[in-house]
Amino acid sequence: MKVKVNKLTIKDLSVNYGNVDALKSIDLQLPPSQIVALIGANGAGKTTTLKAVSGFLDFKGTIHHNGKNIRGKAPHELVANGLIHCPEGRGIFPNLTVYENLQLGVSGRQEALQCFKENLDHALELFPRLKQRLQQMAGTLSGGEQQMLALSRSLIAMPDVLLLDEPSLGLAPQIVKLIFEIIVKINKESKVSVLLVEQNAKQALKISDYAYVLEAGVVSLHGKAAHLLEDDRVRKIYLGEGEVTRTSRN
Amino acid sequence: MSEFIQHTINGLSLGSIYALVALGYTMVFGVLQLINFAHGDLFMMGAFIGFYFIRLIHFFFGHDSSSLSSPSGVLFSMTVIVVSMLGTALLGMVMERLAYRPLRKSPRINLLITAIGVSLFLEYGGQLLFGASPEFFPTILSKQAIALPGGVILDSTQVLIFSTAVVLMLLLHFLVFKTQFGRSMRAISHSLEHASLIGINVNKVIMITFMISSALAGAAGVMYSISYPKIDPLMGLLPGLKAFVAAVLGGIGNIKGALLGATLLGLAETYVAGYISSSYRDALAFLVLIVVLLLRPSGILGSKKIEKV
Ligand SMILES: Nc1ncnc2c1ncn2[C@@H]1O[C@H](COP(=O)(O)OP(=O)(O)O)[C@@H](O)[C@H]1O
Ligand SMILES: [Mg+2]
Repeated sequence: MKVKVNKLTIKDLSVNYGNVDALKSIDLQLPPSQIVALIGANGAGKTTTLKAVSGFLDFKGTIHHNGKNIRGKAPHELVANGLIHCPEGRGIFPNLTVYENLQLGVSGRQEALQCFKENLDHALELFPRLKQRLQQMAGTLSGGEQQMLALSRSLIAMPDVLLLDEPSLGLAPQIVKLIFEIIVKINKESKVSVLLVEQNAKQALKISDYAYVLEAGVVSLHGKAAHLLEDDRVRKIYLGEGEVTRTSRN
Repeated sequence: MSEFIQHTINGLSLGSIYALVALGYTMVFGVLQLINFAHGDLFMMGAFIGFYFIRLIHFFFGHDSSSLSSPSGVLFSMTVIVVSMLGTALLGMVMERLAYRPLRKSPRINLLITAIGVSLFLEYGGQLLFGASPEFFPTILSKQAIALPGGVILDSTQVLIFSTAVVLMLLLHFLVFKTQFGRSMRAISHSLEHASLIGINVNKVIMITFMISSALAGAAGVMYSISYPKIDPLMGLLPGLKAFVAAVLGGIGNIKGALLGATLLGLAETYVAGYISSSYRDALAFLVLIVVLLLRPSGILGSKKIEKV
């Protein structure tokens, strides 16, 4: 029998910035074709986790992508292996046109270069709003459109693993809904494994298979997303429901 | 009127040389936020590589002055330019690899001081290697006067310089705005981190950027030496500085700005020399620099945001 290798296996990961310990020995697994959420408050270490995975930080512990140790690999080498990181704040290039941003999606990905046209069409089908804006400077897009562009660019890279850092940040509720729908679609249709970092815990848990809760650099809780949605502590701290109950009692 | 046209043509030709050098300053600044003080010295190196290449050819194939006129003179000049470009590109690559790459994560000021060090190294290394006294850049293209209607006389070398510069700039424009390399370069100039995050091999792109800007400086060095044939290891200082002023005038980091700034400076310099006095021509660049820094430090086309170095 073939053993299913996790897309990502993080073991005993610690990161420090000078004398600030941002992550203290965390473990995390991303099984194939799943959406795994990483939730937690501001400053909990979510972005740090993603940056370590994409080769930006020195870390202690081990990170495996498809069973291969990523230690010492440069960010562009990890992208070449299909580890695509869509960063906090979208990371688009405002000084390039929308189309040019999309063209850069294939950087370092030979297979993506060959299928650029098809993937572009597919991305524009998911986000028709970008179609009329291809020749516009990306900096002139609205926040929601910029997030659509960032997601499209990630898709054009043909991700094996997609790391999403707070894709809903600062967006209007309808756009958030759309973005989450598309994330599910990408996951279902293309079998892309997604590590989803979110502060918007409720939405994230709803679309995820499994979830980890990060508190001050430590995984305080993990389990099936559906279970965490029911968990009292999670409801109170991350879904704001504790607050609601208390006020309604008063 | 014909005098004015004459000055304008000379100014454009000088401006096109400044532009080639200014483009290098601006591209390197774009990707590394570094003012590469050694850039003017690559200009000098280009002149010397051309000089020794011509010597070598003359040594092996003899020196036939009848071949100076076009088209074989033009062909030979082009060959010299290309050889210099290859040489300076290689030099630029070594410079980036050995001096600047190891400092990628250090504070800007370290990079700046290193650039000054590299510049001094090339200038005094040049004196050691080529000798401190000036050499005479051999005539590889005979000057021919082309008479235009209205009494305007065109100098054939200036036509060659200007058209070569334009061709190089068009090539550069294509590279920067129509190729994946150019897109990557512009992405890096916005954010090195985000560029590498999406899979751009930033080290490779930065290295190629250095090679291209060095090659342009090398070409400019040869073109300048065709017009002003006295060459020495410190010859890059003043044109380098003027090209830097041109880049700042247009808005450093901005490619169109570098072209605009260099053209304006070339024209202004020629007009000042022609109508006022040629002894003011070098002072003009400094005056321009002071005025720009006082009135609009981001330059004509530059964005408001400026990097403090
Ligand atoms: N470049 C940095 N230098 C120093 N400390 C940092 C840096 N980046 C993040 N931190 C700190 O590390 C901790 C985790 O940050 P981060 O991973 O960005 O959190 P999150 O994404 O969960 O909001 C925070 O305390 C933050 O202040
Ligand atoms: Mg974050």
